[in-house]
Amino acid sequence: MTAQHILSQFRATGVQTCFHDRHISPQILLGLNGANWRLKDYESRGGYQALRKVLGIGGGEPMTQDQVIATVKESALRGRGGAGFPTGLKWSFMPRQFPGQKYLVCNSDEGEPGTCKDRDIMEFNPHIVIEGMAIAAFAMGISVGYNYIHGEIFSTYDRFEEALEEARAAGLLGNNILGSDFSFQLHAAHGFGAYICGEETALLESLEGKKGQPRFKPPFPASFGLYGKPTTINNTETFAAVPWIIRNGGQAYLECGKPNNGGTKIYSVSGDVELPGNFEVPMGTPFSKVLELAGGVRTGRKLKAVIPGGSSSPVLPASIMMDCTMDYDSIAKAGSMLGSGAVIVLDDSRCMVKSLQRLSYFYMHESCGQCTPCREGTGWLSRVVDRIENGHGRPSDMDLLDSVAEDIQGRTICALGDAAAMPVRAMIKHFRHEFEYHVEHKTCMVPAYV
Amino acid sequence: MISEASKLRFAREVAKYPADQRQSAVMACLAIAQQELGYVSPEAEREIAEYLGMSPMAVHEVTTFYNMYNQRPVGKYKLNVCTNLPCQLREGVSTLKYLEAKLGISMGETTADGMFTLQQSECLGACADSPVMLVNDRSMCSFMTPEKLDQLVDGLRATGEK
Repeated sequence: MTAQHILSQFRATGVQTCFHDRHISPQILLGLNGANWRLKDYESRGGYQALRKVLGIGGGEPMTQDQVIATVKESALRGRGGAGFPTGLKWSFMPRQFPGQKYLVCNSDEGEPGTCKDRDIMEFNPHIVIEGMAIAAFAMGISVGYNYIHGEIFSTYDRFEEALEEARAAGLLGNNILGSDFSFQLHAAHGFGAYICGEETALLESLEGKKGQPRFKPPFPASFGLYGKPTTINNTETFAAVPWIIRNGGQAYLECGKPNNGGTKIYSVSGDVELPGNFEVPMGTPFSKVLELAGGVRTGRKLKAVIPGGSSSPVLPASIMMDCTMDYDSIAKAGSMLGSGAVIVLDDSRCMVKSLQRLSYFYMHESCGQCTPCREGTGWLSRVVDRIENGHGRPSDMDLLDSVAEDIQGRTICALGDAAAMPVRAMIKHFRHEFEYHVEHKTCMVPAYV
Repeated sequence: MISEASKLRFAREVAKYPADQRQSAVMACLAIAQQELGYVSPEAEREIAEYLGMSPMAVHEVTTFYNMYNQRPVGKYKLNVCTNLPCQLREGVSTLKYLEAKLGISMGETTADGMFTLQQSECLGACADSPVMLVNDRSMCSFMTPEKLDQLVDGLRATGEK
């Protein structure tokens, strides 16, 4: 057996995380089985019909750019990467009449701990992203695009390249797409291990062949983006939502979810559940239902806390979380963020100090070092949480952590500083007694976990 | 020396970008060089710099910024085990410890026979597959129970490929 053969035995099949019957009204992950990712399979599921509709191919008038953007606005689709910004509004910021080159970028640098949805989308349904990007490019008058893919998921990058080749060969990308006068060149690029490149301006720097350090905003990418040209950047899942919206209408998409939170959303559920995986459900689905889809909390244990939107989002205790529905507005009202939709579940055997210790180490490790409050502050946070965990904490440490976090928040170029600060403040707010117990007894108040 | 085969792959990457933006291909070129040579040597950085019309220091900045570029030789198989919080909750740390014991090295080290380098890594983006491990930057291995780790390590050893 060759080394390649040995390694391939351990490649994810998607059966556990994606091809289960525990989605609710799925649009993006509907009918996938791992083998049907190719162009012909996608087309048999209605793929590229939305692009044909936009271009007026096969009967019907072509849509105008304004009509496409208006449809996306009506759908209340909001950015699936973490910020939840209204997609149609973002598209309307692109100066369509700009005489020079404009760019479209897909942010597939999925590295927010807990998030693993874009990987499954690109691995098992890559053409839905290509079609969504082509429609977006049409709507904004853009002729060149890049999909920047997390370097760690290299086989997914290879898969996406294969899908691009198929689309080009079928005339769905390239010059004069399907015989129309619309041309769009789309390429794949990859990262190589830098969390910060998920930040959109760091991603642009990386795409320009530089270290990924975020840029000051403004100017925003819509006016000064890739190579200094107007650029629109959306998340993978956001683009993947577009074909359905065009085929079925903005109103229909909105009605799948709830007002101001249109459509379905893929939640990556990880941590202390029986069946971790991706679950595509309508926006506004109760958290308790999502937890149930993931098989519930591990047998014999109780829900303690949930980090509802990726590691950067503030942790919420079980009692608050169980009353939430999974959408931007409900989670924000509860004091956290829906973020990327990565739900990290912690059960009652988990020590919150130890959990925070790992997260704080991560942000220190991934700070790009550009801004002093983040570069120094993340190290400070990590070291103080470390000493509490290791039994050397001081009674004043909780206030110290809160004050360091406060001094980072809002004082950095990008959101990584906030992302490092928010988990610390939320942990201390909701679980201060555990930190105090650690300081006083030099040990953990819940059974240690490995 | 970077091979002609790798240079052909460089050309394919450069072609994705505007003619005056060859530097955009540096991430891919470094990854290709690493795949061929096992790590990014200063010589490789100079060759890539020349190929892309960059200064060697600009290339070095990229090599040193991103976690996955090996700045020095590693074992034939580089094993990166994710221990970030979602994986920590699902045996990520015990997976790393299991491999430390099995290989007789600590994380960050390479086995004496040069076969394996073991590293802790940050989020690989496969949280629901935990425990997960990335082998040689390109092969994600999912749901790595101790039995599977044995299969993988023993299997790679048995190939006899050094």
